[in-house]
Amino acid sequence: MTRMDGVMTPQGADSARAITKLVVMAVGGQGGGVLTGWIEAVARAAGRAVQATSVAGVAQRTGATIYYIEIAPEGVAAPVFSLAPAAGDVDILIAAEMMEAGRAIQRGFVTPDRTVLIASEHRALAVSEKMVPGNGIAQADEVMAAAEIAAARFLSADMERLAVAKGSVISASLFGALAGSGALPFPRDAFETAIRNSGKGVEASLAAFTAGFEAVSAGPAQPEAAVTAKTPAEPAVQGPSAQLAAWAALTARVEALPADAREMALAGLRKVVAFQDCTYGGEYLDRLTALARQDEPAQGFELTREAAKHIANAMAYDDVIRVAGRKTRAARRARIDAEMGRSPQQGMQVTEFLHPRAEEISSLLPAGLGARVAASPRWMARLDRWFGHGRRIRSDRVSGFLQLYLLAGLRGYRRRTLRHAQEQAHLEAWLHKVGETRERDYDLAMELLRCRRLIKGYSDTHARGLSKFDRVMAGADLVAGRVDAADWVRRLREAALQDEEGRALDGALKTVRSFSS
Amino acid sequence: MAERSFKREVQDLRLGAGETFTGEGILAITKALLESGVGYVGGYQGAPISHLMDVLADAQDLLGELGVRYEANASEAAAAAMLAASVHYPIRGAVTFKGAVGVNVASDALANLASSGVTGGALVIVGEDYGEGSSIMQERSHAFAMKSQFWLLDPRPNLPSIVQAVKQGFELSEASNTPVMLMVRIRSCHVTGQFECADNLRPPLSVRDALSEPRRDFARVVLPPMSYQHERDKVENRWPAAERFITEQGLNEVFGPETAPVGLVVQGGMYNGVIRALQRLGLADIEGRSAIPLYVLNVTYPLVKDEFLAFARGKDALLVVEEGQPEFIEQGLAAMLHRARSPVTLQGKGLFPMAGEYTGQIMLEGIAGFLKDAAPQLLPGQVIAPNAPPPEMPDLSQTVPIRPPGFCTGCPERPIFAAMKLVEQELGKHQITGDIGCHLFAALPPFEIGGSTMGYGLGPASNAAFDGGGARRAVSFIGDGGFWHNGLSSSIGNMVFNRSDSVAIVVDNYYSAATGGQDVLSSRAKNPSKATGNPISRALEGVGVKWVRQIDRTYDVGHMRDTIREALTTDYDGPKLIVASSECMLNRQRREKPLRAQAIREGRRVEAPRFGVDEDICTGDHACIRLSGCPSLSLKVLDDPLRDDPVASIDQTCVGCGNCGEVADAAVLCPSFYRADLVHNPGRWERLLAGWRSRIITWLQDRRARRQLDFGEAS
Repeated sequence: MTRMDGVMTPQGADSARAITKLVVMAVGGQGGGVLTGWIEAVARAAGRAVQATSVAGVAQRTGATIYYIEIAPEGVAAPVFSLAPAAGDVDILIAAEMMEAGRAIQRGFVTPDRTVLIASEHRALAVSEKMVPGNGIAQADEVMAAAEIAAARFLSADMERLAVAKGSVISASLFGALAGSGALPFPRDAFETAIRNSGKGVEASLAAFTAGFEAVSAGPAQPEAAVTAKTPAEPAVQGPSAQLAAWAALTARVEALPADAREMALAGLRKVVAFQDCTYGGEYLDRLTALARQDEPAQGFELTREAAKHIANAMAYDDVIRVAGRKTRAARRARIDAEMGRSPQQGMQVTEFLHPRAEEISSLLPAGLGARVAASPRWMARLDRWFGHGRRIRSDRVSGFLQLYLLAGLRGYRRRTLRHAQEQAHLEAWLHKVGETRERDYDLAMELLRCRRLIKGYSDTHARGLSKFDRVMAGADLVAGRVDAADWVRRLREAALQDEEGRALDGALKTVRSFSS
Repeated sequence: MAERSFKREVQDLRLGAGETFTGEGILAITKALLESGVGYVGGYQGAPISHLMDVLADAQDLLGELGVRYEANASEAAAAAMLAASVHYPIRGAVTFKGAVGVNVASDALANLASSGVTGGALVIVGEDYGEGSSIMQERSHAFAMKSQFWLLDPRPNLPSIVQAVKQGFELSEASNTPVMLMVRIRSCHVTGQFECADNLRPPLSVRDALSEPRRDFARVVLPPMSYQHERDKVENRWPAAERFITEQGLNEVFGPETAPVGLVVQGGMYNGVIRALQRLGLADIEGRSAIPLYVLNVTYPLVKDEFLAFARGKDALLVVEEGQPEFIEQGLAAMLHRARSPVTLQGKGLFPMAGEYTGQIMLEGIAGFLKDAAPQLLPGQVIAPNAPPPEMPDLSQTVPIRPPGFCTGCPERPIFAAMKLVEQELGKHQITGDIGCHLFAALPPFEIGGSTMGYGLGPASNAAFDGGGARRAVSFIGDGGFWHNGLSSSIGNMVFNRSDSVAIVVDNYYSAATGGQDVLSSRAKNPSKATGNPISRALEGVGVKWVRQIDRTYDVGHMRDTIREALTTDYDGPKLIVASSECMLNRQRREKPLRAQAIREGRRVEAPRFGVDEDICTGDHACIRLSGCPSLSLKVLDDPLRDDPVASIDQTCVGCGNCGEVADAAVLCPSFYRADLVHNPGRWERLLAGWRSRIITWLQDRRARRQLDFGEAS
């Protein structure tokens, strides 16, 4: 064996405290490796001993990845570095996404005695969050709150947006934020030199670097104000003067509703009128007013507000005519151009992916005929053969546009369709039940209103939503009369939104049946 | 072409004596091989030594200049077998593969190699993929060294130590006629640092020269009676020779004071973690000078008894820092102490967990725990009696979602599994196995397809029990990497021979994609030094598969679904093979992006496709995501009081692969997807036509706007 030199006496304190320990937690594909390389270059250029490591196995492939860097203090030439971060022993933590900041806190890499936490506020949603039929998005504000407690200093901004705005990637804006934080004892130009020496996309990287630098050095309040510039609430309504007058009359009727529900009612009215016409908008307000009369001022007219939302959604159902209408509006093309960043010199081709089924066709027929066709398997098979296949429609071409335009033009005829009859019947039955329930149980009535949220999607998804709606409604009958009936319906609805097949809902219904039978 | 290019870095491999190398561990290993006069190198890619293979591939010019033969072996078994060149010839050879799995695959060749013994130094460099982020089962390569009798190096994880270990490994191998395994852990493969270079050496005898003068020695052939003599030779000659070399050359290292009541016995790879724990306890300084004696095993097999007992002498207690299980080293050392009737207490597992990685926290707790008991006087007061409890942290366990790896944006494998999921919705659940490779991500949400992985190329073979057929045919997946690694014989040959009535789907993405995009036999790219372009479907026909469907665009979800359905429902009762081919999107983008940027700069017409979602048509049920999981297909919370659920949204990272639209069509999901092709540098005629179209469309829109109310975007 080789005897190595060097003995020391116990010194009672952490001798590696002077080593700067920096962790980068990123999602695969965010450029964590590039960022690590830059940080290493800055330290090495300053004459520091430095070491970087990573577990790069899933880099690029959307998993969570960790990079670790240690920088020795000045004058220490041959330190012994660690290859992995340890809980409670991290000076700087860079999280390239908000939940990764949360993961870092969970793992003990962020501690109030020393850690500077630099985090991007944006979210890269995990598959588990995205696939939920309802809203499965994790609570970023909980992580923000935890970060305030866990970190010695917490700096954050939407680094993704800052970088994308400069045509770069988040690694550059985070590098800027690191420089701006002052957590490393190197001047700004040393950081910029590292970017320059890396030689790829230098200009964009430097611009994003500056954005990141300023975002954290400007203080937390300012960049926020710039981000949340909201669009004006009241858009201009345009159209023929007779209809504008009718619209004005409808908005006047909204004023008669309880103040707490007006804003929602106006949004709902807009949706319903855009879907059909002002007469239909009048029917919306009739239904809403009827429920408002039953409402309770002491409850802040919550029932009316919920009704305003859900009745509008129910009345503006997603039929072929609506879809065609939405896809042929001028505002839509403008939105696509903006989203895709088209400049006036560039062309734009838009292809729609449509797949009508026999059900869509039959539901477009006049109600009586449609019902007969829908009841005949032979006719349905025939319709499916004629119409039921995937269509790619180029809506930037006149021929493609016209197909959709003509469909959208069926709006005047819509009220005679089978689909409309079905939707009306469903709506009436639902509202009748809500009104009836209101007499006995205010909260339960409100929950029944909210169940409308379960009906969404097209074709099979829509059918599944309808079935979930029906099952929750049936569950509501089982618990009606109980003090906690509203609470149970809320639970059933939330269960229904958890997974596609409704397994959670089945479980919840089983529980309900267990105590109600 | 591999995912990562080392073209620039390999220039550093030319550095000579007196110069300093700065870079990553894997490059340092390559440089050390060249400085050792290696005659041939090879291996099989896999984390964490994929990049070592990439470095070697990118360094082919230099290797050629030095007369070094480089092979990208077909498998780890092939790589280990290549070391046969060092059995009869005094040529140094090195191969590399992933630890544990690679050693398993190579074990036949390794065992024969170890039995034969070597003349030239034979080095197997294994990258241990152990602990956090590992994609394989957790096992130790150590057991293989013990059973086959080859030596195991586990150097301290810094560049000078690793470089030295490579050189010492060859010498040890030659001094004991035994192959040597050099183990590098995942973090030391990617660790960066510096070391002083030496000049590269040409091999004294090149493989080319050896062919002009063939040699053989019957004594090295594994046949009776030689095989019996080999075992005896291992124990009587090679092992003592190795011990002698290890002791005389000082391969293991001792740090810290000569006398002390306690000491640590440390695997070389654990050294830095141990020092960090000691630093935090105030028992080592920043440069590693220690207050506690350390016996660092840069050679973890064999253990050298005399050396260890000398270290133990005079101490009361020792702690073994040995990661993984079983605790082979601890058992070996305990037996030595026991046989020597030593009074020294030996501790290890118990203070350390039997399973799992030795993280910073575990190392600190283990060592502090040992010292608290064995030598409390050494510890700072705060450790013995902490005065303040650590601060309470908010519990985020219910908030932070897990983030396993998944298919990349635009991955051609996504539509295959979307199609499989659609078929299962139609025909019911099937018995499905996976293999090794990117396609295994399908086992995770949102697809949840495939329930087992038995080894590389063994996906279809692992369904063999179900080959006889039944109510629903069994389905297996295998990647092109696995297909060529072992799959053609072990899986496909097995299916043909046994008249398997099941379905196998070969996921052909033109590369060994999961390991970093290396070329395989069926890759479509032209590779200057390798023979590519050998279609999988022809190999299938060659081996006797009669039912083969070749799909050349996996993104056609409808076609993909119909083909899988056909395979599951056809009357044909032999093996049914679907080859689903489309290029790995990561590699494709890497290839095409610069060309596209160039074309746009030069003013040529380029269509850049991207998908979008009409947010007012999307109802927020996320059915599309449950058939995709694409990173660019995410959610967006609308600023609309009427909407409760976030809607689907596609961000600017979309590469326009088409999966969204195809799935929406094939699954009849919803009409909210559209493809937007941004046309760069459109021609004059095209611009003119677009202008006319736009005027007509605008006129129609205005016409309608005059007849009905329009609320702009807000409705």
